Amino acid sequence: MKRKLGYTYVWAVYAFLYIPIIVVIIYSFNNARFSTEWKGFTLKWYDLLLKNQPLVDAALNSLLVAVCAATLATILGGMAALCIHRYRFTGKQLLHGSIYMLTISPDIVMGISLLIFFISINLELGFTTLLIAHITLCMPFVTLTILARLAAFNENLIEAARDLGATEVKSFLHVLLPITAPAVAAGWLLSFTLSMDDVLISFFVTGPSFEVLPLKIYSMVRHGVKPDINALSAITFSLTLVLVVLAQLLVRPGKKYRME
Amino acid sequence: MQGNKRFRNFNIGTVWLWLGLFALLPQLALFLVSFLDRGEIDFFIPSFTLGNFKRLFDPAFVNIFLDSLYLASVSTIVCLLVGYPFAYLLARTSKRLRPWLLLLVVIPFWTNSLIRTYALIIILKTHGLINQLLLWLGIVDGPFSLMYTDIAVFLGLTYTLLPFMILPLYASIEKLDTRLLDAAKDLGAGTLRSFWHITLPLTSPGIVAGCILVFLPALGIFYVPEILGGATNMLLGTFIKNQFLVARDWPLGAASSILLTLILVLMALVYRMVNRKAAAADPLAPPRRRRRGRVA
Repeated sequence: MKRKLGYTYVWAVYAFLYIPIIVVIIYSFNNARFSTEWKGFTLKWYDLLLKNQPLVDAALNSLLVAVCAATLATILGGMAALCIHRYRFTGKQLLHGSIYMLTISPDIVMGISLLIFFISINLELGFTTLLIAHITLCMPFVTLTILARLAAFNENLIEAARDLGATEVKSFLHVLLPITAPAVAAGWLLSFTLSMDDVLISFFVTGPSFEVLPLKIYSMVRHGVKPDINALSAITFSLTLVLVVLAQLLVRPGKKYRME
Repeated sequence: MQGNKRFRNFNIGTVWLWLGLFALLPQLALFLVSFLDRGEIDFFIPSFTLGNFKRLFDPAFVNIFLDSLYLASVSTIVCLLVGYPFAYLLARTSKRLRPWLLLLVVIPFWTNSLIRTYALIIILKTHGLINQLLLWLGIVDGPFSLMYTDIAVFLGLTYTLLPFMILPLYASIEKLDTRLLDAAKDLGAGTLRSFWHITLPLTSPGIVAGCILVFLPALGIFYVPEILGGATNMLLGTFIKNQFLVARDWPLGAASSILLTLILVLMALVYRMVNRKAAAADPLAPPRRRRRGRVA
């Protein structure tokens, strides 16, 4: 009885989390502009989206920034994880602490502080500023993902490699990198999602010359429910779903490199 | 080993350079601007003033700030009350099922919260799902809308931020050693007592972490109240945004955002304290791990 009650509760919370999204996805196929009643299946809202050139351009811009930001954030975040895990240096605690603080620091503060910084150094708002902001946003998440993986791995492997004469660079390339590869890939995927979804930071650090998808969605959503936004939401959600499932499958702790 | 040292220094240098230039320096600039005057043409001019902070004591701003604190606190408490039992039950399901159930929480965690806020409109609006459901149940007898109310904003914040509460809670509850609970039971403690004296203190880091991850975004995430609450709810996030994009009073915006940073620092300190206490209270915790991995 108690068990049943528990399960009911768990599924009720899942229902709370998922029903709104599922309803939006269903409505995105509904052949009616205003009505909430079901008027038959259609793909015309998706067709309408693809014909909306400014929107497609913004989506392509977002994609470009997300790919570049995720790649650079993964490299930089990986370097930070390596520093924290492998090296001893002054300010290491500070670095680790700063990275934690960055992950919980409110996006809006990061957005306005970067805006002030960019304006102060006379950098025109656009692709470059957005890229810099997104790299800074994503990097700490990559570092923490990789550090979590490194925590589960046997240090003796590196020692063995060094005893066998591997240099630091070599042991990095042939031992550390293959072991952390899944976490690196997961970090990339999560950075990509973060960058694609970011509203609060993009709001401040991109200019009119470089429009991105979340800001377009923001201005559309403010004008109420429309079937083409339903379609856009459905696409965005599906993309996130695929990326997150992929990332989760990657970070599942593997047995291969572990020794208890 | 010259190459090793160079590789090491290159790594540390690059990471610090990036963080210094694009995280620390902007934060410093924000802090400085909060002490400057706004200019006629420029966004800020180099003349020192405390006026921006004085303006934060203006009744209009105090109201906005208190409203925001109220809304964020209630949302955080609701998330905690809903999330804790959920995370607890999740951590006690079978090992085979757990990753999949957890994945179902991670997916909304990473889904664009703007899209999720939008999805709520469909549920809340006139003739929306809630309206239909209540009509069908006979509780109401006509169309009505929950949109543009405080309830909608609460629901919106709870809905978008709940996964941010569940994940840290889950992480701390899963780590909890059930042997402690068995021991308490053997010694005659009831369920409530062992929860109060064992489960709650040992999972307190998760509780604080979850509260940080819900409370701070709830203060800054301006689009949720803007979309669901209409024009009546001016909250801290919207206020800061408006100073930068509408009123063009950057120094005032910077000064009000310092409040957010202060709250962040305060909560981070609480987290540190609670974390240490919990680690000290756990009799089964392994001794502190020695630092490993070093390169001369």
